[in-house]
Amino acid sequence: MQRFSMPATSRRAILKGAAAVGALQLASPFVVTARAADTVKIGLDDTFTGTYAELGKNEQIGCEFAVDEINAKGGILGRKVELLAEDSTSTDTGTAVQKAHKLIDRDKVNFMLGNVNSAMALAIGEVTNQAGLLHIVTGGHTDAVTGKDCHWNVFRVCNTTHMETHAVAKTLMTKFGKRWYFLTPDYAFGHTLQSGFEESLKANNGKELGASLIPLGTTDYSSYLIQAQATNPDVIIVLQAGEDAVNCLKQAVQFGLDKRFHIAGAQQELEVLEGLPPEARIGTWVFEWYWKQPNVPHLTEFVAEMRKRNGGKVPTARHWFGYVATWTCAIAANQTKSLDGTKMAQFLQDFKLPPEVALMPNDPFYRKGNNQLMPTLYVGHAQAHGSDDPEDLFVIDEEVKGIDVALPVDQTGCKMTWPT
Amino acid sequence: MPPVPSEAPLRIDRRAGSAIVWILLLTLPFWINATGGYTELGTRVVILALAATALNFLLGYTGVLSFGHAAYFGLGAYGAGLTLKYLVPSTPLAILIGVAAAAVAAAVVGALIVRLRGIYFAMVTIAFGQVFYFVAYRWNTVTGGDDGLSGWHRQPIDLGIGTLDIFHSSRAFYYLALAGFALSVGIMAALLRSPFGRTLLAIRENERRARFLGIPTDRHIWLSWLISCIFVGFSGTLYAMLNNFADPHDLRWDQSGDFVIMAVLGGMRSFWGPLIGAAIFVVLQDYISSQTENWMSFVGLFFVIVVLFFPRGVLGIIGRRSAS
Amino acid sequence: MTQLILFNVFNGLIIGAFYALMALGLSLILNLTGVINFAHGGFLALGAYLAFALMPTIGFWGALIVAPLLTAVIGIAVERVLIRPVYGRDPLYSLLLTFGLAFILEDGTRFIWGPATLPFSVPSWMAAPLSNRFFFLTGYRVFMVLLVTVAVVALFLILTRTRLGMRIRAGTLDLETVSVLGVNVRVLRNLNFGLGIYLAGLAGVLAAGMLGLQPTIGSELIMPSFVAIIIGGLGSLPGTLLGGLLIGIASGVTAVFFPSATEAVIYVLMALVLLVRPRGLLGEEGRF
Repeated sequence: MQRFSMPATSRRAILKGAAAVGALQLASPFVVTARAADTVKIGLDDTFTGTYAELGKNEQIGCEFAVDEINAKGGILGRKVELLAEDSTSTDTGTAVQKAHKLIDRDKVNFMLGNVNSAMALAIGEVTNQAGLLHIVTGGHTDAVTGKDCHWNVFRVCNTTHMETHAVAKTLMTKFGKRWYFLTPDYAFGHTLQSGFEESLKANNGKELGASLIPLGTTDYSSYLIQAQATNPDVIIVLQAGEDAVNCLKQAVQFGLDKRFHIAGAQQELEVLEGLPPEARIGTWVFEWYWKQPNVPHLTEFVAEMRKRNGGKVPTARHWFGYVATWTCAIAANQTKSLDGTKMAQFLQDFKLPPEVALMPNDPFYRKGNNQLMPTLYVGHAQAHGSDDPEDLFVIDEEVKGIDVALPVDQTGCKMTWPT
Repeated sequence: MPPVPSEAPLRIDRRAGSAIVWILLLTLPFWINATGGYTELGTRVVILALAATALNFLLGYTGVLSFGHAAYFGLGAYGAGLTLKYLVPSTPLAILIGVAAAAVAAAVVGALIVRLRGIYFAMVTIAFGQVFYFVAYRWNTVTGGDDGLSGWHRQPIDLGIGTLDIFHSSRAFYYLALAGFALSVGIMAALLRSPFGRTLLAIRENERRARFLGIPTDRHIWLSWLISCIFVGFSGTLYAMLNNFADPHDLRWDQSGDFVIMAVLGGMRSFWGPLIGAAIFVVLQDYISSQTENWMSFVGLFFVIVVLFFPRGVLGIIGRRSAS
Repeated sequence: MTQLILFNVFNGLIIGAFYALMALGLSLILNLTGVINFAHGGFLALGAYLAFALMPTIGFWGALIVAPLLTAVIGIAVERVLIRPVYGRDPLYSLLLTFGLAFILEDGTRFIWGPATLPFSVPSWMAAPLSNRFFFLTGYRVFMVLLVTVAVVALFLILTRTRLGMRIRAGTLDLETVSVLGVNVRVLRNLNFGLGIYLAGLAGVLAAGMLGLQPTIGSELIMPSFVAIIIGGLGSLPGTLLGGLLIGIASGVTAVFFPSATEAVIYVLMALVLLVRPRGLLGEEGRF
């Protein structure tokens, strides 16, 4: 199988080369798009521009690395693998759907990956479901993807909001206190995070002092911080993600709130911590994957290789999502010796990731019945500066098994109808 | 659309040109795959062309610049989506309600702003458009907020003699969209040929003179605005059903900008201008964004080039060529 | 409760001052040339990124002085090459042109500095509250208000006391006559555009201190500035200032009662103003 070991390139890279051939393609855009028919194609419909550009790009880098590895090991069913990446934009779901159609109807992809944006993940899921294509959601966290809007063909690598809140809630209550104030982004993701925390509070006789439902994309958090500090809580729960999290934390620290209260939340990402000035890298959080874990096989090699491809920077959870999603496709196809969506989806029920792909303890697996990966979650705290590496901005305090904090399948609201 | 005195040269070729365009559109699903496109791309072109043509009714034929048409496009989209999701699984009814929503909003906003002119009018349309955008974006319980309105899809249409399965067949949906396009541009062309349409042209050419002639210009502009928004709303309903999804971005000001550039690119004073503009814009964006993640620069550059070098649009240039 | 509202009124004034800074630049350009500069947010982002790039060598204060100037120089160049050809044409074209320019600027910053949010620190003594009770008055925010005040005063001095400023004001009223009187209109528009972009660059540096530094930073801030201009009245700089402060307070107070309407409220305010007084609060009759 050595002949398949040539490095995989995204279509973008291939076409960059092709562009040198001539301006012909500008004159007739569709002529050069014909590709070798015998490759297996994986479509990635993800956010490469706008607010989530960095997250989407990082997932793509993870996918590309996996594709190179897969090709070096003989490809899928002996055929070379090709990654076709399409920009869904960060906000325009219409474009995301359009790109899904393009990948499926024109490029005839065999698999679909993406998206960072939950809404887009759901919308793309509808398209792939109609086409019967194996689809792995890389980074949209809203519970519905493997809950009430689940599909037999849609799997998810990243966690549900329920898993994230339940992983960290106990630690917060025992270490910092049970009187909380919520700063919640006002959309489905934020609401489910808050209600996840509220469940834990109620179960442990904690008290919710109040919650500010803050519009998504808010730039000035001072009004809400004023309200939060007035209740004098033990913990201010910050549920913002991405850019909102940067803005909120930056302003909370400028107001000195971190010195008066504990700041914590659920999901946190290395990308966000790196975008904060050092003094604002604070709080207790959940990471979905981290590059520095003790005694995990294959991790050091993975990190070293990813650094080479990532301009010297360490891989984040986003890289890992892309990597795991892509490898899942390859394993499912090679094990079933088929590119049939139904067969592969059936194979993946309760499928355990091999250690060289998992790169985390506790044998993560795709849970049967709602297709949700049950990984390890990392509860820990942010730190301003890494001791031996500038990108070591998170300290793992506790590892939580996904299966222990996930809702049982029958409570997720997921009802799958398999094709007959 | 009616012959415009200053654009006479195209008149001779108009019939032949129209015939070619219709033949191309009618056969599109059968050749688009061979060129490397896909049916949904064609559907998108037709739907956005309808939006651009509707905008051009106001922009090109009444001379009023709206930079907030996406709001009515989005209202149509949400109107249709909400109907299908919560009320009845009926495609025709969804379209009707979507269009009605856009019409009501346009009638009210139009009455507020119809006295303003030029750049002020443009700014205010943007700002009012943003009101609707924020409602869609923030009213989570009804619109789904940032997550968009999902969990519904277009429904097959019962024609009495048989069912048109626009849900499973993307070709069937293409033809539905094309029929909607044909009907709409037909109505708009007829309106422009009527005395009402002549009056609009008179307002465009010289509003003050029109007013001196006793034409209630404000009321005419309001009507033109309303008609334009109704058809934009119609294209919005089709767009939502194309994606089986409605999304706050449909109402945002950058979507409005896209409509304007489509109209200008093709040629504001030509019948097929907005269609050609939409086709070029959609295909180019679809193509470039697959090639490079810096597609925004190319699209931006494209705007700049059109403005600086092709302000009369593609058809405007051809028209001028054949005139000389 | 009263205290909470009072806090939010204060806080709204601070935010409003920021909107006003951005809107003043926009207004300046609009008044003289009739160009709505959609790319204003792009220039704001550019100013912020330039400051980020310069900080390691010349520090925060150096960057605060140099970055807006550099942005203005780029703005002047852009005006000469791209915007000059569309003066006097239908406003449609300048709208589309700057719309495209906004795309290019956002994508350009992403191309050069990457999509990642960059950590932008302000000097540590400014990043702390001045008092425990009025904890939302951080050094940085007080500084921001001071700086906006200085910028506004300087702007009004320039417009009333210098030859350039008087020509700009005269040009705003009647450019043709000014031209006939022998003023080089091209240079006047060019410098005026640079002045507007300078304010955008300054707003950019200030924004980067509070917000995450991302290529999209400008596009989120531009819409409120439009509204500030409309509320204040086209053609009136004091109106723009007033409009900025008003929308700041309105959204600050709304955040207490009905957070999901914090953006919508400024548009509602605008609709009310248009209903009662179509030319805007301080706008001149019949100008637009």
